[in-house]
Amino acid sequence: MHRFANPTVFMRIANAIFPWAAGVSLVCFVVGVPLALFISPPDYQQGDTVRIMYVHVPAAWMGLMVYGVMAVSSAVYLIWRHTVAHIVARASAPVGAMFTALCLVTGMLWGEPMWGTWWVWDARLTSMLILFFLYLGYIALGDAFEDQERGDKASALLALVGSVNLPIIHFSVEWWNTLHQPAIMGLAGFTVNAAMLRPLLLMVVAFQTFYIAVLIIRLRGELLAAKIRTVRFNLAAAE
Amino acid sequence: MESITAFLHMGGYAQFVWPAYIIALIGLGGVLWQSLASWKTRETEFNALKSKRDTSSNGSVS
Repeated sequence: MHRFANPTVFMRIANAIFPWAAGVSLVCFVVGVPLALFISPPDYQQGDTVRIMYVHVPAAWMGLMVYGVMAVSSAVYLIWRHTVAHIVARASAPVGAMFTALCLVTGMLWGEPMWGTWWVWDARLTSMLILFFLYLGYIALGDAFEDQERGDKASALLALVGSVNLPIIHFSVEWWNTLHQPAIMGLAGFTVNAAMLRPLLLMVVAFQTFYIAVLIIRLRGELLAAKIRTVRFNLAAAE
Repeated sequence: MESITAFLHMGGYAQFVWPAYIIALIGLGGVLWQSLASWKTRETEFNALKSKRDTSSNGSVS
């Protein structure tokens, strides 16, 4: 694993993955969105509002998954001091925050017609809102220190500590009473009809590969920023 | 024509379904655009710095 800590090796692999991730994402969106909006059937109880599921559920999963990636990367950074791992976490944060915000907003748009309210302070919704604030806290903390390395360490620690929220979000619909429906994917398989499962899985893959492609673009930017700092430093030293 | 109207109507839930998809488009598109823009900006900056470094008299800096 430590071989990948070399930024050059890491980016060579990332750049090889990029066209595949971007291509798969595009294809899944192009096929998945018409399936979700047009071809999949309306729900027998929820009518056409069920179509919100095809963006709400992938956004929710990605909100959790991206935070999981950040927590693992931060652990790798704190234990082995691999800067690449920290860069992965930092580049992921705004993307994860966007997914979480998207989940919350589409959830409200689904909640109003089905539950009769935009928001309830139950465990699932509240823990998801906390996840959104964890993302914002992580982004703010990374830039809050004069010394870059202190900011890096503090934000990595926050990502790790905050990961305790992930199982709380996942099990919240089982542990507490809620308006929110239970998980659609469990050990026994899926509880969704195939006509709805197909577009849902397509959208999930579309969101996942979108994240991978955007992450690689952001990693390129982050590594360029590091190079710019080095060249600036050397130029200043030479003068 | 009627089927298009029915499609846009979303079984009476148009005001909830369409905003969800439009917001998703804005969110995903916005993140993609911001990521590409900041990468391009840094690339331009890096290339400018590199040519400045190469033209400077001290060529030993790497």
